[in-house]
Amino acid sequence: MSDTSQGFEAEQRPKRRSRFQATLVRDRKAQAGLLVLLLFVIGAVFAPLLAPFDPNEMTLEMMSGLTWTHPLGTDDLGRDLLSRILYGTRVSLFIGISTVGIALVIGIALGLVAGYFGGWIDLVIMRYIDLQWAFPNFIIAVYLVAVFGTGLLNVIVALSLAFVDDFARVARSMTLSLREEQYVDAARTLGFSKARTLFIHILPNAVAPIIVQATVSVSYAILGEASLSFLGLGVDAYTPTWGLILADGRGFITQAWWLGVFPGLAIMLVVLAINFVGDWLRDALDVRQAVTD
Amino acid sequence: MSEDQPLLEVENLHVSFPIRKGFFQRTVGAVQAVNGVSFSVPRGTSFGLVGESGCGKTTVARAVLQLVEPTAGAIRFDGEDVAKMDAVALNRFRGRVQAVFQDPFSSLNPRMSTGRIISEPLRVHRLTPESQIKAEVARLLDMCGLPARFADLYPHEMSGGQRQRVGIARALAMKPELIVCDEAVSALDVSIQAQIINLLEDLQKELNLTYLFIGHDLSVVRHICDQVAVMYLGRIAETAPSDPLFAAPRHPYTQALIDAVPNPDPDYEAGRHIAPLEGEVPSPANPPSGCFFHPRCPLVTDRCRQEAPHLDPVAPAHFAACWETAQTVPAE
Repeated sequence: MSDTSQGFEAEQRPKRRSRFQATLVRDRKAQAGLLVLLLFVIGAVFAPLLAPFDPNEMTLEMMSGLTWTHPLGTDDLGRDLLSRILYGTRVSLFIGISTVGIALVIGIALGLVAGYFGGWIDLVIMRYIDLQWAFPNFIIAVYLVAVFGTGLLNVIVALSLAFVDDFARVARSMTLSLREEQYVDAARTLGFSKARTLFIHILPNAVAPIIVQATVSVSYAILGEASLSFLGLGVDAYTPTWGLILADGRGFITQAWWLGVFPGLAIMLVVLAINFVGDWLRDALDVRQAVTD
Repeated sequence: MSEDQPLLEVENLHVSFPIRKGFFQRTVGAVQAVNGVSFSVPRGTSFGLVGESGCGKTTVARAVLQLVEPTAGAIRFDGEDVAKMDAVALNRFRGRVQAVFQDPFSSLNPRMSTGRIISEPLRVHRLTPESQIKAEVARLLDMCGLPARFADLYPHEMSGGQRQRVGIARALAMKPELIVCDEAVSALDVSIQAQIINLLEDLQKELNLTYLFIGHDLSVVRHICDQVAVMYLGRIAETAPSDPLFAAPRHPYTQALIDAVPNPDPDYEAGRHIAPLEGEVPSPANPPSGCFFHPRCPLVTDRCRQEAPHLDPVAPAHFAACWETAQTVPAE
């Protein structure tokens, strides 16, 4: 579809872009969300430049409160909390987004195939999804990390597999209802391939619930990584992540409130921002919603 | 292919849907949606299938379009058995047979503009070079009575009649010979129905199209079709050229359908005596014995309860499946 230099698709490109702009102008929450996400991404990318200290450098200024040298204080080993949170943003954001990306691709593929083809294919896929559904996502992730070991890649794989069932379910139920639409019959009588029918005629009409599921899942993935780190099943003890910082600070919550509050605040802000942006994307992608300035 | 060979031949078509129950989805029965239907449609003519909802007319249409698999029987297009086609032949067949669907609000992908909807088959099947696609879409829209600027509109921005025109333009993009119109006008307002029917008739003359027209509105079917078949519970009850069928029906079910159409003249309507049909359409999962119509038929005899009647000729091109009326002259 991208190779068309002329015709209607080419003509529509500016129109589609303006839809994103037009919906964004009205959506204050999305603007705030994008701003917050942008700040966090800048913080993550330029962490080596922005961070005042090495995140793992221990000093004798242990559990210092908020000072000009340590704007967010230090932890029990004298490490600068601001630097640790900035570096932690890299890992937490990366895990959150890549986890959902992988779960989304696998889950949608399974759900589309199960819903469209039905029969024994549906039966096999959905019984597996039911099996996974019976366990809380976090238990599955803990189990997978326990089997495969800790580390960044293993945490991402474990969390994404744990989220596959949510996407598969949403994609399947949407496919089941969209399959009955007459434009799907039309696609068959027009001799379009199954891939085209699935990806051009069914999937785009199922994006709204999938986006909602994705934004919620990014939040859960960040929290999931935090929980894994909290249990000591995270990336590793030397890579600061939001969950690890939170877990380290837990023991000192009565003496040093900032050790729990600031990483928690970072998680909350990002999760909220992603949800706002997700709501905006859902509206912007829905051509049926009138755009009025 | 010779000119007298019918473009579409349906022979003894059966379509049944299994009823599945339980964890292992065992088949516990079957709904006989279509139960031995045969007809043929000569090139350039219109064939109508009428009947109540649930009588199997849409299933016949879906079988012709290869959207459901027939359980038995044959569908021949231009003399070629569709079931025996390989992938290449089936692809060619897809191009020559197109559909106009019932619900103009479900038949167009809501995320595609009209231009994309109509140009998609042109692009996918490389029917038109990329540089001429815009012009071709404009031409197809124009044939269907829509200005070229409609190419930029999305389905939700159009009315039902306009959407139906886009659906027709999309079908025409494939340069079809046969168009299956499945209740193509029944979801539209009466005034819009007339416009779409006129459009279909004009296109038929212009492009020498053949129509398989599925409907429940007798006046519409009578107007557009050369030959009409009345279906009841998966079987054809009667088939005849339009005028004789409506003027002198030979099957009591056809008579009842015609009687059920209200007449706009109040004086005529006041003096008219009609005996409405009693009872409900039986379930196609458990059809009655003998003639399927016998529990509701005013002329029922013992023979009707035991033996299913054949479609017997009663006049040239006129067949009726009734033990009582097919042989005798109708009482009127």
